[in-house]
Amino acid sequence: MAVVAGSSGSLRRYALTRLALVIPMVLILLTLVFVLMRVAPGDPIQSALGGKLSPAQLAEKRHAAGFDKPMIVQYLEYLRQVVTFNFGRAITDNQPITTILRVNGAATLELTVSALVVALVIGVPVGLRAGRLRDSAFDGFGRLFGIVTYAAPVFFVGLIFQLVFSKWLDWLPNSGQLNPIDQAELPSHTHLSVIDAIWDRNGAAFSDSVKHLIMPALTLGLLLCGVVIRLIRTNIIQTLKGDYVEAARARGVPERRVVLRHAFRNALVPVVTVMGLQVALLLSGAVLTEETFNWPGIGNRLVSYLSNRDYVAVQGIITVFALAVVIISVLIDFVNAAIDPRVRY
Amino acid sequence: MNVGDPAAPVLSVRELRVWYGTERGPVRAVDGVSFDVRPGETLGLVGESGCGKSTLGRGILGLLPSGSATDGSVRFHDRELVGLRQSEMRAMRGAEMGLIFQEPMTRLDPLMRISEHFAETLHAHEPDLSRQQIDSRSIDTLRRMGIPPTRYRHYPHEFSGGMRQRIMIALALVLQPAFVVADEPTTALDVLVEAQILAILHDLKRNFDTALLLITHNLGIVAEACERVAVMYAGKIVEEGDARQVFSEPAHPYTRELLRSTISLSTTELHYIPGAPPDLVDPPSGCSFHPRCPNAMQVCPRIDPVEVRTPMGERVSCWLHGPEPLIPPGGTAPLQRQELARADEA
Amino acid sequence: MTAPSVAESGGGSILEPTPTPSDRRQGPINRLWQQVKQAQGFSKWLLWVGAAITVIFVVLAVFAPLIAPYGFDQYTSGGVRFPKQAAPGGSHWFGTNVRSVDVLSVVIYGSRTAIEVVVLAVLFSLLVGVPLGMISGYYGGWLDRVLVLIMDALFAFPYLLLAIVIAFLLQDSVGSGVLTAAIAITVIYVPQYFRVVRGSVLSAREEPYVEAARALGARPRTIMGRYLFFNVIQSVPVIATLNAADAILTLAGLGFLGFGIQPTQAAEWGYELQRGVADMGAGLWWTSIFPGGAIVLLVTGLTLVGEGLNDVLNPVLRKRSGRPVVLPRRITRGPEENA
Repeated sequence: MAVVAGSSGSLRRYALTRLALVIPMVLILLTLVFVLMRVAPGDPIQSALGGKLSPAQLAEKRHAAGFDKPMIVQYLEYLRQVVTFNFGRAITDNQPITTILRVNGAATLELTVSALVVALVIGVPVGLRAGRLRDSAFDGFGRLFGIVTYAAPVFFVGLIFQLVFSKWLDWLPNSGQLNPIDQAELPSHTHLSVIDAIWDRNGAAFSDSVKHLIMPALTLGLLLCGVVIRLIRTNIIQTLKGDYVEAARARGVPERRVVLRHAFRNALVPVVTVMGLQVALLLSGAVLTEETFNWPGIGNRLVSYLSNRDYVAVQGIITVFALAVVIISVLIDFVNAAIDPRVRY
Repeated sequence: MNVGDPAAPVLSVRELRVWYGTERGPVRAVDGVSFDVRPGETLGLVGESGCGKSTLGRGILGLLPSGSATDGSVRFHDRELVGLRQSEMRAMRGAEMGLIFQEPMTRLDPLMRISEHFAETLHAHEPDLSRQQIDSRSIDTLRRMGIPPTRYRHYPHEFSGGMRQRIMIALALVLQPAFVVADEPTTALDVLVEAQILAILHDLKRNFDTALLLITHNLGIVAEACERVAVMYAGKIVEEGDARQVFSEPAHPYTRELLRSTISLSTTELHYIPGAPPDLVDPPSGCSFHPRCPNAMQVCPRIDPVEVRTPMGERVSCWLHGPEPLIPPGGTAPLQRQELARADEA
Repeated sequence: MTAPSVAESGGGSILEPTPTPSDRRQGPINRLWQQVKQAQGFSKWLLWVGAAITVIFVVLAVFAPLIAPYGFDQYTSGGVRFPKQAAPGGSHWFGTNVRSVDVLSVVIYGSRTAIEVVVLAVLFSLLVGVPLGMISGYYGGWLDRVLVLIMDALFAFPYLLLAIVIAFLLQDSVGSGVLTAAIAITVIYVPQYFRVVRGSVLSAREEPYVEAARALGARPRTIMGRYLFFNVIQSVPVIATLNAADAILTLAGLGFLGFGIQPTQAAEWGYELQRGVADMGAGLWWTSIFPGGAIVLLVTGLTLVGEGLNDVLNPVLRKRSGRPVVLPRRITRGPEENA
């Protein structure tokens, strides 16, 4: 963060600088993915399809996929794929990777965004109150709540929800994104079933998709909630001790405004950044949640491709994950710069 | 503003005590302090680090953290502040009493423009002001401090330390309080900026008749800017009077030692007061200065000194100035004491 | 104890104990313990409850063979096969699972696995992360930049995916046991230690006493070992505890997805939960609730310890004991002796 005496830096200049810094990071991530995928002994074709096809067919597939070329050529091929956003097809089921990314990626997006909303809606008020009423009963329970929701593994919480809301109370469906009938009928524009239902003005599909979304979103959201609560609480405690808070009090500013305007706002500033850092957590949690609820997201597909040793698919998916993390962190920095006037280069 | 007798003090403090709770016991940060400040007068409050000056400043404004206890009397325009309800205290802060802090770099909310700081302050006390009125008053006050109107909407981080301090002063003064506490306002700033700030504070006197309590450990500033000075040691005021008088003929040994420790162009050898500032949880018995006083007498550790007025009109608490009748026989003999224990550096 | 001095910095903290030289001479562990003992209120409670829970699990882990009624993979006893998926009761307090293994034993042996993996992982992470962080922070230059870039990349990667991939890759060479899991987890967490240590070193490096040591000709190794190390060590306990909590979740996650420790090698809670999903559908709750509950408890315990430590050690969060004070009546002390 640069403290500049002079005019406040322009947001645009900041954006360009930030983007420029992203390139080395992306390159490293891509190289990392490439290396990881090649470290396994043997080659991907063998691992995925060995035993199912004859040696001649295997060799043919290998050649078609380019796995008999020298490493460096493969690496450059890979980079080219990333830039053109064409990852080829999965070995096991011959699906174009980009299609998988689009369809399942949307489902994961729907899940993660909803979870984020849940986490913020619950976590922010609890954290703010807990920090302000420090060491009170509310604070104690708030912190404990935050700790336990993080300590309970996502899949465990999901299981319990399923047990209570699906099995015992029968309020919500057990798994999936939509029931099969609506799934077949609803035209999928975005593959975000809730949005698609609104688009199509299909009331039944809308309520159905929402019902399917509630448990997974709540499960993943609770996981994040703990992080949010802890973070905001710590921040608020710190800002309430701040010099400018004392100075405002010395000017006779009402306590309520001091807390809300000065302490809260300043406490929330780092939250955006830290939430950005939690994307890794979010994605990992998403994988587990999708497994538990059989949610047709990318994580789900990734796990099955991994089990089937389909390295091509795995490589494509992981690449996108890594890129997503980088893009989101850049976005977070932008938001940060917009909020905090100090952060512009 | 002030009504009635122009010579009546704006602030009258009598036997003020502010003690904090710690694990070791109560810290007697302010232990029976009395003084007056008149309109247009600047009272300097000097002492070493750790003598309770800042606590005193904050205590007058009611800005103490929980776990502290206050008693005594602080009368502002004939209104008793000690024990006043928080809401009434808050209404007075900013509007009738102001506080200028030491460290200007962190005293402004980094997410708020300067204009918003002013709007907030003015709204808190005069909620019916229009946007124009707020802006014109704020810009006017800022201009007096040397901050141009073009920078009114800038953020704090765009200003240097000296400018931020001037903004802080403007914020403290925009409502024209009758009494202002300045807690080491120039300690964190360089000498040139210091001179500017002092000039501003001087103008306050001239233009607004503001009563100023200037807290500092820098004797030079006091000599320059204050009519009267109070010297504080271990939570008590040991000497108080006209600044020139006190500096030319200090009555209390501590004041004398402080003056001798000041460095000037004529200094050839460094002088210092041996020992360390006293422990405010368990201060020395009798006169708290006696372990370090070159003139200590037998009576000094035994009985608390009584405040007397010198012929020159100063107040001083020191057995060297009597009152004679209260000193027991043999009390005036020099004090024998062991070598000071290993000196902890403060 | 130290004498409080009235610090007049504008930090709003009027009274704060000033560390005197004697404070520094106390060893860092000693100092830590002092601060722990001074903890107040909720933080203290957090710390001790968390410690108690953790200790219980450690005891279970260490004495598993003595405490557990049966072996972790045992499905017969005296030639008789255990009932399959039996409800809790009788000789199986937590019931049995689909493989006819006693759930209580699985839970107890599971703690052993968890503690083993976590201890190994934390140890490895420390051994790799701390020196790397110190070297990188101290020497700077291109080495530092490269390391930081790599660590940031690792850190940004969704940790579960990374763990899965590593576990996968090590499967053929090291097997699917405790060691593989530990290594996979180490790789994820090394960047955290690296970062924290490096940050500590960067700020400590500019301290006057380090500069003085350098001026006196001390070798880098001495500086790092003697001065910087203790500074750095301060922040490690909290991170390590919180990391341990995380590691257990990661281990369980790996197990749940099927990439973790195989049941023939050791009992593992996550794996049990994966099997439990199917049971849940049929309404059999005990095969998931008990292992799941164990995870929640242990992770909560470790987190409480970490949070408690953080509260106690972090000077910003430490709440000053604002003990209310009562002013004594004024005594106008006369010519009599006073105390």
